[in-house]
Amino acid sequence: MTDVLRELCEAGGISGDEGEVRALILKHLEGHVEDVRIDALGSVLAVKRGTGTTGLRVMAAAHMDEVGMMVMGFDSDGTIRFSAVGGLDARILPGTRVLVGPDRIPGVIGWPPVHLNRGQETMPIDRLRIDIGLTKREAAQKALTPGDPIIFASAFEVLGPTVRGKALDDRAGCASLLKLVQGDPFPFDLHVAFTVQEEVGLRGARAAAGRIRPDVAFVLETTACHDLPQDPDEPDQTTITRLGGGPAITVVDRSMVSDPRLVRHLVRSAEAAGIPHQFRSPQHAGGTDAGAIHRAGAGVPSAVVANPCRYLHGPYAIMSIADWENQAALLRAAWQTLDENVLTRR
Amino acid sequence: MPLDLQEHLQALCAAPAPSGHEGPVRAIIQDAWAGRADKLRTDALGNLIAVKRGSGPEPRRSIMLCAHMDEIGLIVAEVREGFIRTASLGGIDYRVLLAQPVLVHGRRTLKGLFGAAPPHVARSRDKYPAADDLWVDVGLPADEVSALVRVGDIITVDAPAVPLKGDYLAAKSLDNRLAVAVVTLCLDELARRDHAWDVVGVAAVQEEVGSYGALAAAYQIAPDMAIAIDGSWGVQTGVGDDEGFRLGDGPTIARGPNFHPLLVKALHAAADDLEIEVQIEPTPGHSGTDAWEIQVSREGVPTGLIGVPMRNMHTPAEVVNLRDVTRAGRLLAGFIAGLAPDFLDSLAWPEAATSKERDA
Repeated sequence: MTDVLRELCEAGGISGDEGEVRALILKHLEGHVEDVRIDALGSVLAVKRGTGTTGLRVMAAAHMDEVGMMVMGFDSDGTIRFSAVGGLDARILPGTRVLVGPDRIPGVIGWPPVHLNRGQETMPIDRLRIDIGLTKREAAQKALTPGDPIIFASAFEVLGPTVRGKALDDRAGCASLLKLVQGDPFPFDLHVAFTVQEEVGLRGARAAAGRIRPDVAFVLETTACHDLPQDPDEPDQTTITRLGGGPAITVVDRSMVSDPRLVRHLVRSAEAAGIPHQFRSPQHAGGTDAGAIHRAGAGVPSAVVANPCRYLHGPYAIMSIADWENQAALLRAAWQTLDENVLTRR
Repeated sequence: MPLDLQEHLQALCAAPAPSGHEGPVRAIIQDAWAGRADKLRTDALGNLIAVKRGSGPEPRRSIMLCAHMDEIGLIVAEVREGFIRTASLGGIDYRVLLAQPVLVHGRRTLKGLFGAAPPHVARSRDKYPAADDLWVDVGLPADEVSALVRVGDIITVDAPAVPLKGDYLAAKSLDNRLAVAVVTLCLDELARRDHAWDVVGVAAVQEEVGSYGALAAAYQIAPDMAIAIDGSWGVQTGVGDDEGFRLGDGPTIARGPNFHPLLVKALHAAADDLEIEVQIEPTPGHSGTDAWEIQVSREGVPTGLIGVPMRNMHTPAEVVNLRDVTRAGRLLAGFIAGLAPDFLDSLAWPEAATSKERDA
């Protein structure tokens, strides 16, 4: 059930280096789609033929890339300088295990012993170093090249009703979209896009939408969740989403106002099918590929269905398996009844 | 059976055994030391004590080798809404635990992590959250967590050992499992060599909370001489060669009030004889090791300290050079094999000799 998700999460694919994930996506698409192509940026585009009930051009997107790091250079002691690719909080990095370069060389991010380091507040990422066991700059230069990718060395685990892993953002969306593509046909041709470079500015989605030119678009994402015990003196952070509350429908985020007709259709479909769902609170930062897609061409009505994940953009996030399964279920239900009428303005 | 150091260290480091809860690692050490000592026992506090008898005449002198086997860890302080608040066992650096995976040793072992707010909702990225604001998440519903986890259950970091390039190994708990491995190496080598002195190897409990294990062990053993083995600070980003020692340049021999100066000298002489590269670790006061308690046990014990340089001490990613560990083991074995039955006489203070002459 979570096998494909595990495979996708454990693959490495920082923005701009999605090859390993792309290969897995292509493998799982095989036999279920037509017109498979890899576009100029590296996104995987394909069409799942529908029953032809409606001629609506429907796009569904999930991003293949993950937040990670990149090799920037080497110190004379053989340690590796690095920088973030995508939104990373440097505070979570010290002590973390990583895999460096195309050969995935194991390394650790150093942190001075607490005995010598009391009172130190945050260390900016450009002062952190990765240790792979080499002790000379020349040796490091032989093993690695500036620009090489660095990913978290995080095994995927099932923790009962939840999973723990890196890159759930957005391999969870990729896995849901694969499931939908592998299932029964929809009333329309579904144009799927497994996009690159979401984490550095929604780049892949923009180009993909430019090629697909959809009438309507759905983005399968993950979204922040922080439903931990709260400090009563601080604003409540649990409002954004709750784990296990069902997939979250975005009404507005930093990148887009969701099309209310699509939001209404999603909610009605979920209610009719008895699928749990929730709304992502607009109070928090974040954006998705829909932010690029809804502005593409002459504009595309768009909506986002996202799995709540705790601790996004770190070495491990936690996601509810039920929420994730309901993401695909909700979209399946909504797509079965999606036609031009949904977009009719009253 | 020949000893595979890396395998031995990885097994030692994998054991979840913070201060006061050393059982899992003691079992591994017991297996490793059983064939390499004449007698093994576990004392009231949980120290594992191995005696390897020497060939010298009775009453034989004894040297105590002390390696603490506990690791820094955490303990469940509160379970609320399915999340776990922790307190520390030893010198935990909560900054480095943010977003780190952990094992919660409840009614069954649960995988979890220290939750870090994602950048989307983080209140501040300029400072670290207080320990009280950190929660361990095991990904289970609240009622299940309440049934499985109780206040007082222990938590350890879930960080498997990773061999790096060269002779480097990254792991949790290398502080101080590396020293346990040094004692294993020493016992292993002494099995093939004659030595006059009795050797008493101690895998001590509760160093990280105050060297309580070493205190009790030294009392029972009443050794004639003692050497503690522990991690030393390594040179790394943020720790210059004014504060740390280079990994790969050999173990350190500490020097200062905690150590008998003539024992220090004898250790250096042994290193010279064995052509083992060592570094001098000046230690102006409390060494922060078991050596501090052992030195003042009973009527006082001539004490030394062998250090192994380590990067990222007290983080889930401690790094050592395996050659330094091997050298520390060889140094101890060579030193002990070279101990004459009357070696203790050579630790007599020079001033004592001159006053005797004066008296005569």
